[in-house]
Amino acid sequence: MGKYIKDRKPSEDNWMPYTGLEDSDTLPSGDIYVPLEAWKERRDELLTRNSRLGVILENTDDVSEIIDDLDRLDLVVLQFPKMVDGRAFTQARLLRERLKYKGEIRAVGDVLQDQVFYMQRCGFNAFELRDDQDLNSVLKAFDEMSVTYQGAADVDAPIWRR
Amino acid sequence: MYQYSQADHQLLLERVTQFRDQVSRRLKGELSEDEFKQQRLRNGLYLQLHAYMLRVAVPYGLLSSEQMRTLAHIARRYDRGYGHFSTRQNIQYNWPKLEEVPEILDALAAVEMHAIQTSGNCIRNTTSDPLAGVARDEVADPRPYCELIRQWSTFHPEFNFLPRKFKIAVSGAIHDRAAVAVHDIGLRLVKNESDELGLEVYVGGGLGRTPMIGKLIREFLPVHDILTYLEAILRVYNQFGRRDNLYKARIKILVHETGEDEFRKQVEAEWENVKASKLRLRDEDIEAISAHFKDPDYEILPDNDADFDNHLITNPEFAKWVDNNLELHKKPGYRIAYLSLKSPDQPPGDVTADQMDAIADLADRYSLGQIRSTHRQNLVLSDVKLTDLFELWEELTKLGLATPNYNHLTDIISCPGMDYCALATARSIPIAQALTDRFESYDYVNDLGDISLNISGCINACGHHHVANIGILGVNKKGVEVYQLTLGGSAREDAAIGKILGPAFTADEIVDAIGEVLEVYLENREDSEEDFLTTYRRIGQSPFKERLYG
Repeated sequence: MGKYIKDRKPSEDNWMPYTGLEDSDTLPSGDIYVPLEAWKERRDELLTRNSRLGVILENTDDVSEIIDDLDRLDLVVLQFPKMVDGRAFTQARLLRERLKYKGEIRAVGDVLQDQVFYMQRCGFNAFELRDDQDLNSVLKAFDEMSVTYQGAADVDAPIWRR
Repeated sequence: MYQYSQADHQLLLERVTQFRDQVSRRLKGELSEDEFKQQRLRNGLYLQLHAYMLRVAVPYGLLSSEQMRTLAHIARRYDRGYGHFSTRQNIQYNWPKLEEVPEILDALAAVEMHAIQTSGNCIRNTTSDPLAGVARDEVADPRPYCELIRQWSTFHPEFNFLPRKFKIAVSGAIHDRAAVAVHDIGLRLVKNESDELGLEVYVGGGLGRTPMIGKLIREFLPVHDILTYLEAILRVYNQFGRRDNLYKARIKILVHETGEDEFRKQVEAEWENVKASKLRLRDEDIEAISAHFKDPDYEILPDNDADFDNHLITNPEFAKWVDNNLELHKKPGYRIAYLSLKSPDQPPGDVTADQMDAIADLADRYSLGQIRSTHRQNLVLSDVKLTDLFELWEELTKLGLATPNYNHLTDIISCPGMDYCALATARSIPIAQALTDRFESYDYVNDLGDISLNISGCINACGHHHVANIGILGVNKKGVEVYQLTLGGSAREDAAIGKILGPAFTADEIVDAIGEVLEVYLENREDSEEDFLTTYRRIGQSPFKERLYG
């Protein structure tokens, strides 16, 4: 596993990704996350597991599909397949602000120094950095800007109402 | 004019620091050109044909004299002594060095300016009516709403990586001088039957290779809801706008493919979720921002002046300028003066550093220290006393800024074309210059009356040729630059996309072709009051086609 930051600290990532279609006997006992389709298909079975559970969404998935399971999910993984593809920013805000999701929202893919500031504002609190990223520079980037104009997941009011 | 708060200043300083670090990482090779590109574009820095190009934001076209002097300094110190005003009221420098760009940004930040979001797939600098606050036909001043949009859209964390660029324009007058119909979102301030202020919301206008007029998505949106509604539109776009094809990624394609009604439904459904959020403006929010745009202390003046009248009679050159380059002001005794950046000596929209300094001085002396830039690539001094006009005109004449051609044939919008631009497929500035030379006769141009001629050097249409009465599009056909002619476009409240007339002309033929088009108009107009567009709409394309292609 590469560089992983959670709640602004370098952390150890114990989650394991699965396709969700494995024979349930072969799944290990640790915390796992699966794609939305697998979650929908084998939800009841997965819920009997004695582990924490997560879901990884495509950036075209509708976050409201997991609305009934938010209490049971400890992790939602959102994807940036390319840095220029900003759909997961919206997914994160909807999860945090509209659906009031409290668990880990993790960014994977092109997770870069110059993006994490925006990601954290949208509700991401965990980041799997792309391999070439410098961990210390990224940790500093969270505080690169002290001024924000808009409300988002971090502060609910625009600057003129704070 | 909006006065920066401590937070606004802080934000600029932090952005410059961040960008300086990005440039240094790039120069050290830690940042790939591909990824640096995304960062530099969001700070207005393009890599062009010969050099980098830096586009500096002029928020809704408003400049102080101090800011203009800084722009002059930058042109002199970091460029080749000039700048270029664009159709989105911004100014571009064509020759900055990458390693000097952070210094330029420092100089800009010192006068509350920047290059934030002047390019890249994000919400761009908001544009507006250059006559905001002084126009006689104004319903309400659009500037407070522009400023709110500036703040809301600056570093918006959710909308900084959209499918494609996103342009918003706001107009507050009966006449549309901001071309709102050809923006991703166009807003027009209007009043309802109860005299409440609201907005018409147009979505999905744009030029480029698929020109479209914006669709009226909402007829009356209370002004308090402006930002929540924008947020809803942008959220629908960020989720569902196409990302598979660069040329189909603008919101106009989403609106077109989704269908206007279904798109409206999606926006309204999203808006239901956000309309009561703290982004909804309260009266006090609007009042606080409007306080920045209060009227200056205008003097009570008579609306006539004997000396002015005398100059009009004795000085025909002055009279020409007064006829064409002035507009009435909402206050008696004041006039709005257009400074033409379309002289025979300079490419359209270009201003030298010396001219900029002089304009700043003139603004201080005659127009309350402010300058506005316009969508048609000219400048405006908005508050000139009638009694000062003659002196101003004399000064402008010396500077080459008094060409009496505002809204006339030689008031040409032109993109930089192949002389500068990496995308261009044909030259546009030389065509503009050839036309200016050919139609140098004041009497002829004046007789033609109100007319617009725009030139783009490629299909991306930065020269807005689609919405000109006469549009010229330069393309490259088998290694030869040829020019397509479109007629009948308009960027005003009667917005329309021009239609291609027929096969393209070579660079040698295009000027004569325009001459023929003008002759057909002159022969067919009912009288000298009937302008080109009205005549064209009445007689259609055929007479023009027959003349040109026989």
